[in-house]
Amino acid sequence: MPGTDPLLLDEISLLLVWTAVAIYVLAFIAYAIDLARRSDLALKAKDEVVARQLVTAGGGGVISGSAGSSASTSSSRPRYLWARLGTVLTALGFAFHLVATVLRGIAAERVPWSNMYEFALTGLLLIIGVYLAVLTRYDLRFLGSLMTGLAVLLLGGATLAFHVEVVPLADPLKSVWLVVHVFVASLATALFALAFGLSVVQLIQTRRERKLAEAPADAEPKRSFLRTVPSADALESLAYRFAIVGFIFWTFTLIAGSIWANDAWGRFWGFDTKEVWTFVIWVLYAGYIHARATRGWRGTRSAWLSIIGFTAVLFNFTIVNVFFKGLHAYSGLTT
Amino acid sequence: MSSSRSDRGSTVKEPTDGVLRPSDHADSDEPEITQPRLGAVGWARWGWRQLTSMRTALVLLLLLAIAAVPGSLVPQRTADPNGVTQYFTDNPDLAPVLDNLSLFDVYTSPWFSAIYLLLFISLIGCVLPRTKHHWKALKSQPPRTPARLSRLDDHRSRTIAVDGDPDATASAAVDTAAAQLRKSGYRVARYDGRGTFSVSAERGYLRETGNLVFHAALVGVLVAVGLGGGFTYTGQRVLVEGQAFANSLLDYSSFNPGRFVSGDTLTPYSLTLDKFDVSYVPPGQPGSGQAGDFVAHLTTQAPGGEAQDGDVRVNHPLDVEGDRVYLLGNGYAPTVTIRDAQGEEVFHDSVAFLPQDANMTSLGVIKVADGLPQQLGLLGFFYPTMDVLSSGALTSTYGALEYPVLTLRVYEGDLGIDDGTPRSVYTLDPSGMTQIAGGDSGTPALQLMPGDTQDLPNGLGTITFENEAPAGASGYDGSVKRFASLSIHRDLAGPWVLAFALLALLGLLAALFVPRRRMWVKATPKGDGVLVEYAGLARGEDPTLAAAVDQLTERHGASLPASSHPDTGKVD
Ligand code: HEM
Repeated sequence: MPGTDPLLLDEISLLLVWTAVAIYVLAFIAYAIDLARRSDLALKAKDEVVARQLVTAGGGGVISGSAGSSASTSSSRPRYLWARLGTVLTALGFAFHLVATVLRGIAAERVPWSNMYEFALTGLLLIIGVYLAVLTRYDLRFLGSLMTGLAVLLLGGATLAFHVEVVPLADPLKSVWLVVHVFVASLATALFALAFGLSVVQLIQTRRERKLAEAPADAEPKRSFLRTVPSADALESLAYRFAIVGFIFWTFTLIAGSIWANDAWGRFWGFDTKEVWTFVIWVLYAGYIHARATRGWRGTRSAWLSIIGFTAVLFNFTIVNVFFKGLHAYSGLTT
Repeated sequence: MSSSRSDRGSTVKEPTDGVLRPSDHADSDEPEITQPRLGAVGWARWGWRQLTSMRTALVLLLLLAIAAVPGSLVPQRTADPNGVTQYFTDNPDLAPVLDNLSLFDVYTSPWFSAIYLLLFISLIGCVLPRTKHHWKALKSQPPRTPARLSRLDDHRSRTIAVDGDPDATASAAVDTAAAQLRKSGYRVARYDGRGTFSVSAERGYLRETGNLVFHAALVGVLVAVGLGGGFTYTGQRVLVEGQAFANSLLDYSSFNPGRFVSGDTLTPYSLTLDKFDVSYVPPGQPGSGQAGDFVAHLTTQAPGGEAQDGDVRVNHPLDVEGDRVYLLGNGYAPTVTIRDAQGEEVFHDSVAFLPQDANMTSLGVIKVADGLPQQLGLLGFFYPTMDVLSSGALTSTYGALEYPVLTLRVYEGDLGIDDGTPRSVYTLDPSGMTQIAGGDSGTPALQLMPGDTQDLPNGLGTITFENEAPAGASGYDGSVKRFASLSIHRDLAGPWVLAFALLALLGLLAALFVPRRRMWVKATPKGDGVLVEYAGLARGEDPTLAAAVDQLTERHGASLPASSHPDTGKVD
């Protein structure tokens, strides 16, 4: 962009990032209040009604597409005002975040995902974007506080720790594969993040369901937002569906990365630290998919694998990028 | 969500499942607890079943993930040989212990190999019988319609009015349904009898095909990597601007052939480095001093062919006669001429100096073996833009040739190259030599700029740092030649690995997203109407099953005579 000062553009972008973070904080608060209030709402509603909802939710309500039952479920549900506020705020934060990312790209005159700061910027943009997109089909607002919390921590943290000036790309990064490989990896990460959130809630829900089953029939129902959340089974199959789409993208990332490595370094695979971790993550999710199909592993154990898988993804992005030595030295941080 | 989980007891049990799964697959029946028959065969069979079970595959996958991690914590000989050497220096006690555990060669270590070999044996043992089974299933009919469709989760029904013969009405309705199902890609079979008419339909065989293709393609990847490596070679060569290289074993500075490569089958061609270009971000701009746009301009000459121009850039290797030429590194190669006391030239060469930092402070060695009373070794630093630190030490502040300075320490004596001991051209072993300039020798180190000539100490002769800039050039631009370090590869494995990987990806897409399901439409004459039932059963994950049953119900209803009416709601 001739005529505009990239430094200035980047400063505006940075300002927008902080605005987005601030709005995400508010969204987080709204979602948290929502979760706290849900337990009350749920208690006020007749137990019977709640029970029916749980059944619908478990039997096809959340999983839309099944004969309009999702529509009927959401209309018969109590209206969660705070959750709505949370979603509106998240969308607003996303808008700022999006503009900030685009401006950064314009300032740099290239795709805005070429160093740690930009990976975080784009990666979290995709996480929130995918979350919002999924909301149009499934009511996953109970994940809102987790997603916005993740965005606040990681985006805020990355901006504090990793923000760097726009500098020209290093030669190895000048490749179409930068555009494809990194973007698809970020997309996979976004889907894994959702699967992760669902698996976490699934574990909590499983515990509650077990307790409910063990409790005497006339026991006082405990207050918990979990009553308004789909059954552990439903959570599990939804998590699985995000994870398999993420897995496809991750497989593609792996292949695209190898093609790039073959062009840049003259070998398609060399167990460079970053390659090791990409491989480890791929194998972990392959394990997760297997676990879902293995007797005795479905349910809690496979949920743990999904959680471990996403932990590895985060580890790969943060610790491996910053502290591990390897050819993928693109954090843009001078160590 | 429609249930695909027969282990939760929500679906009908079927005698013939179209898909063969390991016995501990979540969708298969509980295995009978069978004690292995004593005897070798019994045990072998039991062991084989364990090895090819889902659980073993899962555990091996997790083990593989865990086993791969140490290779990212400890430097690996293949990826980072210098890191390993450094590790030995830094941790003299620990390193040998780790080395004994193959921790510097994790990915070729016995324990890592054991895990993935077992995994692949398990995989083959799992996939072969399933392939056979699937092959049969592909050729067989959809299974018999279950007696009580209403026990399935996704079940709809309607009653239609009879128009004449009830049996004929029922049969016609099923005919219509069969045609519709066939059109939507189902394989169909009619099962009439005992007063009912039905069609059984199945689709999504591609799901299992995809799964098998995926797993088989993984084997393909492994085999291609393993075998292909044997036909692969890589070689390195440093070329100074103006120099040529012939593709033969002799002309490489290092060469790593695969097991099945013989050095005399290399395609004869030659490469000449005409020019090496690089640009630097000027001072004052973000990223100033950063080098980029490296490009080696080459002339390639194939036997019997025309000479051709070709460029090698980072990310853009050059294809020459089936080989690929990569740019590995670059640097300066100062041209130095040394004359003896009589003015006879005893040395003239451009010597590649290895860059030590981002501003191209470079280190190199000049060895004069003949022509002087004793052998001479010169240890040099080259600074493309020299500056003096507050400590008095020299440094380079920019990568381009703004103020190029060459400094040299001079050693006299025995270079140690005459007895055949291999010596790197980049290092000088000063033991057995006397330092006569620089350091503690009492004579300052030599310091020259391009075009300068100075006397060597002790009246040995003179040394000239040649200015290579074309006549009429301004400044120091082009005054020092550059070199490019090229890496030349032949890789037969790559295309195969890629093909198998893409095949795996395609298989995966089918395996994960093609829904596999069965549908039934059954018509039973009852009283003055015909009860038409619709039901679906998922084979594996199938979130859209309910919608598919609804759609079938609706479409079939639309094609029936108008007098039919749906039963209230779904019958569960
Ligand atoms: C290199 C090792 C392996 C990897 C990376 C791997 C990966 C995968 C992946 C990603 C899937 C999901 C896609 C699909 O459903 O087709 C899958 C499914 C499956 N794999 Fe493997 N696998 C491996 C080895 C094995 C072995 C050794 C067995 C046999 C014991 C096996 C049996 C299965 C089965 C039965 C399914 C279908 C699961 C279902 O019903 O959803 N796999 N595998």
